[in-house]
Amino acid sequence: MGLIERKLPDNVLTTSVDTVINYCRKSSIWPVTFGLACCAIEMMACGAAKYDFDRMGIIFRGTPRQSDLMIVAGTVTRKMAPVVRKVYLQMPEPKWVIAIGSCATSGGIYNTYSTVQGVDEIIPVDFYVPGCPPRPEAFYDAIVALQQKIMTEKVIRK
Amino acid sequence: MSYNNISEVITVNMGPQHPSTHGVLRLVVDLDGETIVNVEPDVGYLHRGTEKLAENRTYHQCIPLTDRLDYLSPLSNNLAYCLAVEKFFDVKIPERADYLRVILAELARVASHLVWIATHALDIGAMTVFLYAFREREEILDLFEIGTGQRMTSSWIRIGGIRADMPEEFFVRAKDFVERFDKNVDTYENLLTNNRIWKMRTIGIGHLSAEDVQDYGTSGPLMRGSGVDFDLRRDEPYCCYDKFQWEIPVQPEGDTYARYKVRMKELREANKIVGQALETLPAGPVMTDDPRVALPAHEDVYERMEALIRRFYIVSKGFKAPKGETYQGIEAPKGELGFYIVSEGEERPYRMKVRAPSYVNLGALNHMAKGHMLADLVAIIGTNDVVLGEIDR
Repeated sequence: MGLIERKLPDNVLTTSVDTVINYCRKSSIWPVTFGLACCAIEMMACGAAKYDFDRMGIIFRGTPRQSDLMIVAGTVTRKMAPVVRKVYLQMPEPKWVIAIGSCATSGGIYNTYSTVQGVDEIIPVDFYVPGCPPRPEAFYDAIVALQQKIMTEKVIRK
Repeated sequence: MSYNNISEVITVNMGPQHPSTHGVLRLVVDLDGETIVNVEPDVGYLHRGTEKLAENRTYHQCIPLTDRLDYLSPLSNNLAYCLAVEKFFDVKIPERADYLRVILAELARVASHLVWIATHALDIGAMTVFLYAFREREEILDLFEIGTGQRMTSSWIRIGGIRADMPEEFFVRAKDFVERFDKNVDTYENLLTNNRIWKMRTIGIGHLSAEDVQDYGTSGPLMRGSGVDFDLRRDEPYCCYDKFQWEIPVQPEGDTYARYKVRMKELREANKIVGQALETLPAGPVMTDDPRVALPAHEDVYERMEALIRRFYIVSKGFKAPKGETYQGIEAPKGELGFYIVSEGEERPYRMKVRAPSYVNLGALNHMAKGHMLADLVAIIGTNDVVLGEIDR
């Protein structure tokens, strides 16, 4: 900073473009509301007053086209799998996926003919949250981990 | 030919990814302009094979599966299942366990209705109610966490009683909650009951007459909102509901507003039952000592060889139910929740059929929605209070 500092007027900071873009991205993660089963109720609890995800810039959107995060909260069945994939493909880049709960990570207790054994069989997953259903604090942890991941990404040079 | 005379039915897809279909419900809607001609629900997007899984689990191992059916009130499912299995053995449940079961089931009813009012109001456009309702729901979930260690799917009600007694803090906090809750319901009612928009969106919408109720077999608030005075807690009593004084809310109008009123009253009545049960809670054990179903107490296991063997046997192999079949229905938050279990004399149920209230109630959706606007469909799904976990199972 030493040399440049004296040449710039007050209140001007220097940083890299990556950091600025990543900072913006991590501070306004908009997940698509995509509740599948029990975990979706805990996801609603996250959005409500006590856990209040709004303060982290997280605003649930009704459409995948406005979102950059997909929270797969619940059991993915074989009938639902094409829909999950379609919603994921409709989301614009950059996009991330968090698999919430045992069902979405591994099928959980539902090792049956109709259940997909983990959502990573059909879409790429960034973070897995264990629990049945996980506590809102665990959701929170996943979001913080995702924010850290976003900060390490390179935007200009891939 | 003027534009108004053109009448063409178009088919619109709603769901399964839709914010107001309460999960993964898919509706195929035939529309004439904006008027609904026909609605066909397409279920099965959450079919997890619960009933099939139950055939490969011992009776104790089935309890966690029942939690995840109606995931808004897991403890009601536990209760219905355990009562059904207990019918095989004619087990005598200790009084304290009965009372605690009632407390847990009624708190679950309150929690479930709070999600209903939150999402129903949110769908229609009243966002504030969501935040208030979830504030109280969090308190109930905290209560469950203190008492059972889990917020939602606690599997706390077991065959022969409940898993363990609650800590003292549970009762203190529960009493505190019961005292305050009536005022909280007043808050929701202040926001909605005389709200002009709310009334416009709900009065006369989704009409269901008393005959329709019989035809479609709807239960719970969808029945009592149409003037049918029937409640399994009173008419086919289970647990110890006969020991409490409470009223069964009935509204004759049969529309969405009437069902709203019924559920709001039910919130208060459930709260009343919890209050009475907490006041008159008897002391004693919370698990039956019937050796056929109950695990021997830990003190016995450490001292007596027979108890150790018995415990090992029940945990590893399960217990055998006599040959036959049993059905037990309870008044769950959504209506009559029944478990029909067929036993072939083995440790596992030969067949477990769940009579899910949401599934039957959803059958009346087409009748309720016909002739209304597409926007009213959201209100009608909300008043139906469907949970896909128990519809698809």
